Amino acid sequence: MFMQSFPLLIGKSLVRKRNTLLSTKSIEKDPHNLECMEQDHMESTASLVAGSHAKIRIQGMNFFYGTVQALTNVSMAVPANRVTAFIGPSGCGKSTLLRCLNRLNDLVDGARIEGKILLEGNDIYDPEVDVTDLRTRVGMVFQKVNPFPKSIWQNVAFGPELQQVKKRAVLNDIVETSLQGAGLWEEVKDRLHASAFSLSGGQQQRLCIARALAVNPDVLLLDEPCSALDPISTGRIEELLHVLKERLTIVIVTHNMQQAARVSDLTGFFLLGKLIEYDDTKKIFTNPSDGRTEDYITGRFG
Amino acid sequence: MQTFRVKRFLDSGSLWIWFCGGALGLSLLMIGGLLILILVNGMGYFWPKDLIQFTLNTGEVVLGEWVDTETIPDTVSSDHPKGLTRVQLKVGNRDLYGLDFRWIDQVDIVKEEYPLDVFVFERREWGKFFGRIHEIYDGDVRVASNHKEGVTVVFLLLERTNTIQQKIHDIEYGEFGELNHYLEQSRLALRSLEMGEYPDSDEQAMIEDQIQEYERMYEVQNTAVMALYDELAQLQITVMDVAGEEKTFPLGTLLGVWMPNSLDVGQKLSLYVQNFWEVLSEEPREANTEGGIFPAIFGTVLMVVIMSIAVVPFGVLAAIYLKEYAKQGVVTKMIRIAVNNLAGVPSIVFGVFGLGFFVYAVGGTLDQLFFAESLPNPTFGTGGIFWASLTLALMTVPVVIVATEEGLSAVPREYREGSLGLGATKWEALRHVVLPCAMPGILTGLILAVSRATGEVAPLMLTGVVKLAPSLPIDGFFPFLHLDRKFMHLGFHIYDVGFQSPNVEAAMPMVYVTTFILVFVVLVLNMAAIVLRTRMRRRYAGSSV
Repeated sequence: MFMQSFPLLIGKSLVRKRNTLLSTKSIEKDPHNLECMEQDHMESTASLVAGSHAKIRIQGMNFFYGTVQALTNVSMAVPANRVTAFIGPSGCGKSTLLRCLNRLNDLVDGARIEGKILLEGNDIYDPEVDVTDLRTRVGMVFQKVNPFPKSIWQNVAFGPELQQVKKRAVLNDIVETSLQGAGLWEEVKDRLHASAFSLSGGQQQRLCIARALAVNPDVLLLDEPCSALDPISTGRIEELLHVLKERLTIVIVTHNMQQAARVSDLTGFFLLGKLIEYDDTKKIFTNPSDGRTEDYITGRFG
Repeated sequence: MQTFRVKRFLDSGSLWIWFCGGALGLSLLMIGGLLILILVNGMGYFWPKDLIQFTLNTGEVVLGEWVDTETIPDTVSSDHPKGLTRVQLKVGNRDLYGLDFRWIDQVDIVKEEYPLDVFVFERREWGKFFGRIHEIYDGDVRVASNHKEGVTVVFLLLERTNTIQQKIHDIEYGEFGELNHYLEQSRLALRSLEMGEYPDSDEQAMIEDQIQEYERMYEVQNTAVMALYDELAQLQITVMDVAGEEKTFPLGTLLGVWMPNSLDVGQKLSLYVQNFWEVLSEEPREANTEGGIFPAIFGTVLMVVIMSIAVVPFGVLAAIYLKEYAKQGVVTKMIRIAVNNLAGVPSIVFGVFGLGFFVYAVGGTLDQLFFAESLPNPTFGTGGIFWASLTLALMTVPVVIVATEEGLSAVPREYREGSLGLGATKWEALRHVVLPCAMPGILTGLILAVSRATGEVAPLMLTGVVKLAPSLPIDGFFPFLHLDRKFMHLGFHIYDVGFQSPNVEAAMPMVYVTTFILVFVVLVLNMAAIVLRTRMRRRYAGSSV
């Protein structure tokens, strides 16, 4: 049984892998999806970068860990229904910025922020804002795959249950749609009550995405979501992002420049806490305007 | 060349590996030795030993159980290169000889025999008697006039007396206990009526009638018990030791008789199990040196349970605040140091605190507020199982705090952030994700607390342990769990039997038995917590990719 299915699996996954490596192209070829988007893309990337259709606006942001300044005067606009990637060498502040977007840095002792982050025009650091509300609107997937030590069902239902959704039938619906949204439903529908740890690494990460989707967020933040995964699982998650961006705004931090090139529409390059360049992904990777960006993406440092 | 080799050997670290291994081995050896010592001495106590009969060169005949053989100091000579030896014999018959044990020099022994027909009489008082039956009277009728006849009837008669004893026991612990309880309740009700501002003479009269009714019922039962005692006194047995000395006592005071030298291994084994069960299930006799230790086992376990119920919530809540909510800084650091030091404070200090604070301050106040009618007899204003448990809880709370804090820090940061990222408040994250994951750590704290509390004696002596408690802290009368009662404890029992009893040498096996059972109880309580922890671990086993 195993002997039979194993080579088959490899065959499939090889195909998939090639697809994902060429994903930007393959998606452009996809007649369903992106014909209109392609046009849109060509026309308006510049305006997106400039801030039209902005979901999130970051204005003159400084961030400090105690006395250490982690981010200096960052301003950018994250457009709705696009994948925006943050790249840069370790310690450049890209993860810090990401964690500011759902105020997860509030937990860090001595963290201080200056400037504004607007989500649909409202400052998320306004004292009136309910942080837990914000975090249900801005979901997050982490670098370290972190399903809770509960069953698959309980993991996905965790968020809705916090929002006082109590009816079993409603919860079941949410669990199913979320798992479908994360492309995991077919694999786990028969063992929803098995431990989340019984899944493979890639499945666990998709479970984390399903868990984030279950609270129905507007924005999904991904902090190096594939750094611990093998290429096949990575490919599946990247495919997923393409689907998800139709309903969500996605921000992804990644160390993997090919990944940024494959999945994102816009890319911001960070260095030493500063946003060096923020532009259309194609432009960043083919014709960056800043020398430091070019040095980084060509592998001269970082 | 040679020094080079030595240097290479030292650098390789083999020496240190040997040292480390040796240290571990030594520790294991000591622990193993201790356990084996306790086990052998404790478990050997139940085995029915053979009776040896020595005939000495003076013509004297001695009967007893072998205890020990040792070399007499300073007796090494050319005739006896290894020195002379002597035998310690438990001769029993304390009422005749005054002493339970006797040393006999090996050289004085002319003959050594194992007579098949000698009896061990286990008695309620005066310990065991070794010898034969002389005669048995039922009232004025002589039912046995020699040993042989005695053997045929004694077991039957013993069954009869045991039935009567059981009846007496049932009445004394059943009806008498109940009547005493109601009498006491009525008396207290009367007292509180008298103390009240508006004495109600009608009600007083009613209660007084009730008391008289109870006293009348008590009289009835008492007559029945007296009749039973008279019936018991009818049967008198006269026994004779091997030297021909006689002793007469009521047959009803016998707990059991057996002929050790004619028992086969199977019979001995069944007697062994029976003895063991008696120790586990019966109450102590003869200043605790004989009988069972059931009240002590019960008291120990109940105290540990109450302590656990008290210590876990407090310790866990304190640790959660200290770790999760308090602003980390100089103050929390100092609190942590204080908590750690508290764990090292000698337990007797906690005992003194428990006596001063719980017993006198809190208990005294409770008495004045709620139990005024029984004053000046204290209810909670004296040592009791509740105060002892709370004192131990106070003593072990640092352990739980430290373990819980460690458990909380061991929970991966990703779990917290993951739940917060889904819109959980800090409390929700704690409650649903972090605390369940920290459960194994918390249970480790509980295990440590239980081990420490079970073996602790000093603070208990000040806060409620007694050498003989008249009743268990749990019984059939409302409110069933009597937290104000004094209790017995295995650790204190060891101290009391081993060092406070009038007949220390005879009590020694009891000390080993009690120690063995104490160790066993610690083991069982720990195992229970460990099983619980393993289950939790399995449930929350983290798997990182």
